[in-house]
Amino acid sequence: MFAVVVALVVFGAMAFVGSTPPAADYTQGHQPGQPVNVTLQTVGSIGYGVHPDWVSYLAEAPGGQWVHTTLLKLPAHSKINVTILQYDSGSPLRNAFFGQVQGTSGGDEFINGKPTRLVNSNAGNGVAHTFSVPALDINVPLLGVDPSASNFCSTPAPCGSAEHYTVQFSFVTPGPGDYRFQCFIPCGLGYLYGNGGPMSTIGYMGGFLEVTA
Amino acid sequence: MTALPETPGAAPDTSPAAAADRSDSGHGRRIFAIWLVVAVVIDVLFVFLAGPHLPPGAMTQNARSQQIDFTVITATALPVILFVWVYFAYALIVWRHPKGEPLTDGPPLRGHFRIQASWIAVTTVIVMAMFVYGTVELIGPAGAGGGEGPAPIWTPASSNVLVIQVIGQQWRWTYRYPSFGGFETDQLVIPNDTAIAFHVTSLDVIHSFWAYQLGVKSDANPGSDNVAFTTTGSATGTFIVRCAELCGIWHADMTTSGVVLSKSAFERWATLTEVKQAAATALLPKFAWSYTPDANGADGGYYPDSKDPYSSVQTYGS
Repeated sequence: MFAVVVALVVFGAMAFVGSTPPAADYTQGHQPGQPVNVTLQTVGSIGYGVHPDWVSYLAEAPGGQWVHTTLLKLPAHSKINVTILQYDSGSPLRNAFFGQVQGTSGGDEFINGKPTRLVNSNAGNGVAHTFSVPALDINVPLLGVDPSASNFCSTPAPCGSAEHYTVQFSFVTPGPGDYRFQCFIPCGLGYLYGNGGPMSTIGYMGGFLEVTA
Repeated sequence: MTALPETPGAAPDTSPAAAADRSDSGHGRRIFAIWLVVAVVIDVLFVFLAGPHLPPGAMTQNARSQQIDFTVITATALPVILFVWVYFAYALIVWRHPKGEPLTDGPPLRGHFRIQASWIAVTTVIVMAMFVYGTVELIGPAGAGGGEGPAPIWTPASSNVLVIQVIGQQWRWTYRYPSFGGFETDQLVIPNDTAIAFHVTSLDVIHSFWAYQLGVKSDANPGSDNVAFTTTGSATGTFIVRCAELCGIWHADMTTSGVVLSKSAFERWATLTEVKQAAATALLPKFAWSYTPDANGADGGYYPDSKDPYSSVQTYGS
């Protein structure tokens, strides 16, 4: 009996530790040479689950439904057109270096259609997040929205038509591998230097581009 | 001597020949001779064949010095372990129990003052020599590539030192070049044949800047300027930069590469990058030796500290 209980506890612990959110799979049905369109949301609080007040990404799966995940399965050597709907408020960057756009096709991001290469996070509403893939030298700052806006997103994600910026950029995936992405705004409020909690958790602000052949 | 239980009834070998064999001091001389030959041959092979390939290589003076240290210390330790192995092998071969003969106990061990005194004296000399050598090498050249804090004692002989600020933050390294307008980049590019001062700091938790092939390792503490020196050799090429302090969940991912260029290529790169980064540099805080991040997170800026430079060592290009 004791052995069964121990086995169940170990099994449960391993299942908990090893659990990951579902991946948004953009490789299914992908034809070589065709670009892949990826749409994400960044929300100030996910509004449900274990950590309803944590800042988070959501991904729009190829089927059109919003999935709470930061695991994006992408085809290798393909152009990825990314659209990020940014609903969160901003602040100054801890390191203004990350206000630069890096690693995108053409070197730009398009904020509500306007090409941008550098963001001053000390102006306006600051920067809410950065979409940064260190191994690929990709860094895209995401402008913060006005938190006092009448339609600031206060509902559980997805945020729909609430106040947001539409940020678009493209990049080309390298060969197969897992490429980590993170945010360089320390947006884990309440955690040491803002880098714990959602910043360190896959499914919220930390994630992987799972590039497959 | 008593017969062992495995051979009940066997008579102990008390013959004069066996007694003479056991007391044959020729064993000691033979073991010493074998050890001496083996130790000299292997030490020489190690020093000249393996030594030049030991980590961390010879990309900088620090790295070369560390490589020599590893060679010296290993060459000192090798004879000791070889002595143990030679003795072990000799015992296995020469004193192997012949098949079919009864097992007998050996003569009782009695102290041997000369051997014991020699062993203590020799090992003490070896350990103390390595202690003194290692301690001296810890400070040379120019601090041996270790972080010396904000006021380094051991500085390069050259007064023409290139200052590079290394900034750690979870989970990436960036670098500022104060001699070129203070631009910041995520590429660590350095010139060859140049003394370099790495001013290492952090914007959040403790990291450790470890440029292994440069022979440099310096903790990156928030609000602190930790200076480490190195002097590059004539070689150019790439090197790895790692974080050597567990700094959070993606610590293992805080790895990047740097490159050593020729002086002229470095000047071109730095000058071009200064121009290209001008707009971004204008948004950076004024260059300072350390910065005080806000521990509360998202409202944290990149606030300059008001500390003074560490010393009167001139900066690159002055």
